[in-house]
Amino acid sequence: MGRDVNETLTGDFYTNHFAPGLSEDGDTLILNIGPQHPATHGVLRVIVELDGEYIRKSEPVLGYIHRMHEKMGEVKTYAQYLPNMGRVDYLHALAWNWAYVGAVEKLMGITLPPRAEYIRVITCELNRISSHLLWWGAYLLDLGGFTPILYGFADRERILDILQIVTGSRLTYCYFRFGGVAADVTDEFIALTRQFCRDFTRRLPMYRDLVTGNMILRGRCEEIGVLPPEMARRYGATGPVLRGSGVAYDVRRCEPYSVYDRLAFDIPTGQTGDAMDRYEVRMAEMAQSVAIIEQALEALPEGHILSPELPERLIPPKGEVYFAVEGARGKIGVYLLSDGTAKPYRLKLRSPSFSNLSLFAELAQGTLLADAVSIMGSLDLVIPEIDR
Amino acid sequence: MIAQLTAWLTHPLGHMIAALVAIMAFLGVNGLVLVYMERKVAGFIQRRPGPYEVGPQGLLQPLADAGKLISKQLTIPDGADKLMFWAAPVLSMAPVVICFLPIPFSPLLTGMDVNLGLLLILAFSGLNSLALCLAGWGSNNKYSLLGAARAVAQAVAYEIPLLLAVLAVAFQTGSLNLSVIAEEQSRGLLSWNVFTHPLAFFIFFVASVAETNRSPFDLPEAESELTAGFHTEYSGMGFGIFFLAEYSYMVIVCAVATALFLGGWDGPVLPGIWWFLAKVFGLIFVMMWFRWTFPRVRFDQLLNICWKWLIPLGLLNLVVTALMLKLVR
Repeated sequence: MGRDVNETLTGDFYTNHFAPGLSEDGDTLILNIGPQHPATHGVLRVIVELDGEYIRKSEPVLGYIHRMHEKMGEVKTYAQYLPNMGRVDYLHALAWNWAYVGAVEKLMGITLPPRAEYIRVITCELNRISSHLLWWGAYLLDLGGFTPILYGFADRERILDILQIVTGSRLTYCYFRFGGVAADVTDEFIALTRQFCRDFTRRLPMYRDLVTGNMILRGRCEEIGVLPPEMARRYGATGPVLRGSGVAYDVRRCEPYSVYDRLAFDIPTGQTGDAMDRYEVRMAEMAQSVAIIEQALEALPEGHILSPELPERLIPPKGEVYFAVEGARGKIGVYLLSDGTAKPYRLKLRSPSFSNLSLFAELAQGTLLADAVSIMGSLDLVIPEIDR
Repeated sequence: MIAQLTAWLTHPLGHMIAALVAIMAFLGVNGLVLVYMERKVAGFIQRRPGPYEVGPQGLLQPLADAGKLISKQLTIPDGADKLMFWAAPVLSMAPVVICFLPIPFSPLLTGMDVNLGLLLILAFSGLNSLALCLAGWGSNNKYSLLGAARAVAQAVAYEIPLLLAVLAVAFQTGSLNLSVIAEEQSRGLLSWNVFTHPLAFFIFFVASVAETNRSPFDLPEAESELTAGFHTEYSGMGFGIFFLAEYSYMVIVCAVATALFLGGWDGPVLPGIWWFLAKVFGLIFVMMWFRWTFPRVRFDQLLNICWKWLIPLGLLNLVVTALMLKLVR
């Protein structure tokens, strides 16, 4: 018995677009997950075709939080656009800050004073830990564990307090400037960061004992959403999603920027590429970030925090530039095309969550609904970053 | 006057009516106490104070919650089956009252001393899955339907290990009367069935966590997958009654576990009723501890635990119990 599309589906454009591939026997359930659903962590919508609780086919629908960031880049001056970057990925705002100011600096050939470079590294890595902590709590929440998010938030709160001292804000930071950073770090900042690094090194083994070793958690993550490296490459996945599949690709190491080539840190990778590997990679990355922060604090030189030879008006020369940094979710890229005026001619943002989300439809096929939630959580999606 | 009252109360019918009224009052208060307890336990485990704004130490918080639920509008989704939609919460709550009747709170404080008390409880608590099924079907919501399907599959599967565990104890005592079973264990700590039937106690407790849809087996209402499962569409007291029924079932399974395995009212110094309640709420605390510690299992894992572990273990336990009894007697 064939399914009469026009008769059974009176949905919107997306549900009708979803219809052609539906199973022939018509004995399936079409479920609309989102845009308001606890598992999507924002306004993502996923249409799934369920056979019992098995997913036959799924399709993410984007655009519910599209804010035209790229277009805004073309109508604002370089400096005016800077606060937008904290809003693209609100969890790792400093990495987006860095990608944008880095692109402009590369275009104009500005070199940074070493103190600014180290401050950028310290704050960006602190921000990475806070992002991973929130992912950790939210992922456990997806799997039905309520308590870890509050433990994660207790640690995250300390990072926010520390970053508030230098940046003045707690979430949507706008701290980096073209040629440096906005404010110098204080002694209080350094003392608190050192204290945090010491305490957090002790907290991580506790999380491992309490949560990572849990039998139920392992049952929900191991062998779930196995992502082969070639598939990850095909979709352009980056960050912990790619490293979980065993590919040691990290922009900080492969295309070193700033002073990362002077700091010693490992690139944790997984073996099988399942959700547990992605989990383990992120947990190991937090420890690596702590190591980076400790080294950077040791090496923090004296000097300027803003490049002294900055021009009074920021007008880059004609040309195009691409600059990428490693965000908490993967490779963050900014492509700039300058026509020699005060505003960019074209701005393109490459967001890791967009590529990582596009994996989902193929990865979720044939899994249980609960596994799909686990897979989606393990991809660590930030929805505003997908839509930009 | 007092003689009349006593005469009326000792009459079986009068006794039962008085017991039902007392049970209803107990259920209401129990709901409030458990809401407070759950929130405080959650707060303790999550290193936060829990409710503390309303009243001293937040003691009036459950009353505020209840007031909110009662004052909310009751909405019915478009296309819902009105009769089923409203019958479901009532059907979920009604058997609870009957389930409380045969529970021996103390030697004298038993609603109705029936020979088949255990069977009565098991039979009537089975009605709950029907209520969840109606709620899921009547809501005209796909999440509710999936939740209801899960609820039925889960309840049906886990009733078997529950029965197997109970049967082992019933074999030994030779009675299905909860008062008799509790009486048998009132000869001090070592006469408690938990020491003679540790495996049965374990199976019973795991199965009862699943039967009451508590985490880590709370799949029918798994909020990260099914938003709220079978009660997605319920607002106000429609949801409130499901909530109350869930807490009441927690008390029932913990009371049955206490009477079957933990010596019922047995304990030194204090009157039996306090010991009984202490053991019941101790078990409820463990269930809350589970909820705020463990992630949720997946549905096939849930059924695997039942069919591949609990049922074979329960059967084994039953056979061993039967053999031992045959050899000893």
